[in-house]
Amino acid sequence: MAVIQVERKPLTFAERTYIPQIIGGLKTTLKHFFAPTVTLQYPEERPEIPKGYRGVPTLVKDPHGREKCVSCQLCEFVCPPKAIRITPGEIPAESSSVHVEKGPQAFDIDMLRCIYCGLCQEVCPEEAIFLQNQFSMSGYTRAEMVNNKARLYELGGTLPDQHFKWDKKKAAEEHGNAH
Amino acid sequence: MATEFAFPDSASKTDAASQEFQTEKMSLAMGPSHPSTHGVLRLQLELDGEIVTSCDPVLGYLHRGDEKIAENMTYNQFVPYTDRLDYLAPLASNVAYAIAVEKLAKLEVPARCQAIRVIVSELARISAHLLGLGAYGIDVGAWSVFLYAFEEREKLYKLFEELTGARFTTSYTRIGGVARDVPEGWTGRVEGFCEQFLPILEEILALLTRNKIFQDRTVGVGIISKEDAIAYGLTGPNLRGSGVGLDLRKDKPYSGYEQYEFDVPVGAKGDCYDRYLCRGEEMRQSVRIIRQAIKKFPAGAWYAEDAKKIFAPQKAKVLTSMEELINNFMIVTEGPQMAAGEVYFEGENPKGALGFYIVSKGGGVPWRMKIRSPSFCNLSILPKVCQGNLVSDVVSILGSLDFVMGECDR
Ligand code: SF4
Ligand code: SF4
Repeated sequence: MAVIQVERKPLTFAERTYIPQIIGGLKTTLKHFFAPTVTLQYPEERPEIPKGYRGVPTLVKDPHGREKCVSCQLCEFVCPPKAIRITPGEIPAESSSVHVEKGPQAFDIDMLRCIYCGLCQEVCPEEAIFLQNQFSMSGYTRAEMVNNKARLYELGGTLPDQHFKWDKKKAAEEHGNAH
Repeated sequence: MATEFAFPDSASKTDAASQEFQTEKMSLAMGPSHPSTHGVLRLQLELDGEIVTSCDPVLGYLHRGDEKIAENMTYNQFVPYTDRLDYLAPLASNVAYAIAVEKLAKLEVPARCQAIRVIVSELARISAHLLGLGAYGIDVGAWSVFLYAFEEREKLYKLFEELTGARFTTSYTRIGGVARDVPEGWTGRVEGFCEQFLPILEEILALLTRNKIFQDRTVGVGIISKEDAIAYGLTGPNLRGSGVGLDLRKDKPYSGYEQYEFDVPVGAKGDCYDRYLCRGEEMRQSVRIIRQAIKKFPAGAWYAEDAKKIFAPQKAKVLTSMEELINNFMIVTEGPQMAAGEVYFEGENPKGALGFYIVSKGGGVPWRMKIRSPSFCNLSILPKVCQGNLVSDVVSILGSLDFVMGECDR
């Protein structure tokens, strides 16, 4: 719990001849030369991605294959670099999920702007947007780097519901007639 | 008709003898893309042969207007921008920012949250100093230090990745807490890292500390006196290298630093070598702090649960209760609600004291935010220390000041 002075002893005569250090350095080098390599032969070898990794943001569907996003536009609002563009749309009357009322007509995430911060996932009240494991994206044109709705669903796939919205829905789920 | 072209200077040099012996001063732009200026710093040097007669740092190549950006978004939305201040220790910047805003809100976070913040700040310090050492090694001609240091940093990045979801741009803190709790077994892995790190740190330092070549480049070079260090507002290892034992973790403890036992290393001479030694010792002390923090790692909440208007509710609640859903919308769109007022907070970052001065007129968006970046203040001494040194010493001095341009220019 104190302020300590860093030690600086003058070099001994032997040390001033450079030789002990050179030998010591070579020893360290040799030790590491025979140690197992730490590098990864990317892309043949892929790093292990831990749970909760923040990769490319994607849209997910629920286990019944239905759209979860209700186009509340909270993620669009929170996104710090304004990478998300949503055009809300009505859900057509003949659709079985007409009671949801709203869904995204268009949903674009501009991956040239996205900073993978994960705020969209954090604020989404429907658990509809997730940053998943994919970490590399490339394209030849700017247009290619904008993920549209179809592409977002393709990347996202289906995730199991982590939470059931409202108990009513949970009960319905248990009865196998969730809508 | 044909007039002889005269160089502007030649007329003044009437004395033939002086024309013969007097050399002209040369002006040389070192940077903005010079490998030893660590980023986009330009040094406008004036040289008399090999001797630097004046050095003028030119900043601003990385200016993004972060302070203005902050005025246009909620407090939480600004967290990713703090990653990009000192991008070698984003976690430490996240923590300093969150504490500054919490000070404005007069909010106390639970002990567990404080301990998490201490651990990540110290891990960030180790990672930043490792890079500082490695890059310094390269600057003065020792390659292998860099490679061994990076091997260790990779292990740290693995830990950060697991904790925050990203290796580099961690965006980990939120006002009133952190983004997520520590994963199962993470503290054990941090402990494991510390265990194997200490011998490797000694091995890395042994390559430099008593190395005559390294000492030739650093001992007695770029001496900053105690008085100068204080007068120019240096902070962090650069100030301590000059023998001033100021460490905000000790002098104005925050986030529970007062519970931990650690030493503050200071230098004797204030030369490049002292600054290097201080960084080395600080890493050992960081390991000490981390070990203590893990030993008494508190259970309980990892965010301020009673701060209903500041910390957004957890997902399970958002999805099951109407009030929480509305609250989530309110906090996201309006921002964490603050009282009107002004606040200044400085945290001890790897590079020095990172300060946030926030003026709030109430609501969830700062009215004005000023960032005091340690690298910027540390650089202010360059014209003074570089003067009269050799050009090659400028490289050595720059490396020993260990600045990061993302923070200078912000
Ligand atoms: S991860 Fe961040 S930057 Fe990317 S879309 Fe989501 S909120 Fe926007
Ligand atoms: S993804 Fe989530 S936050 Fe974004 S619009 Fe859809 S429901 Fe709202």
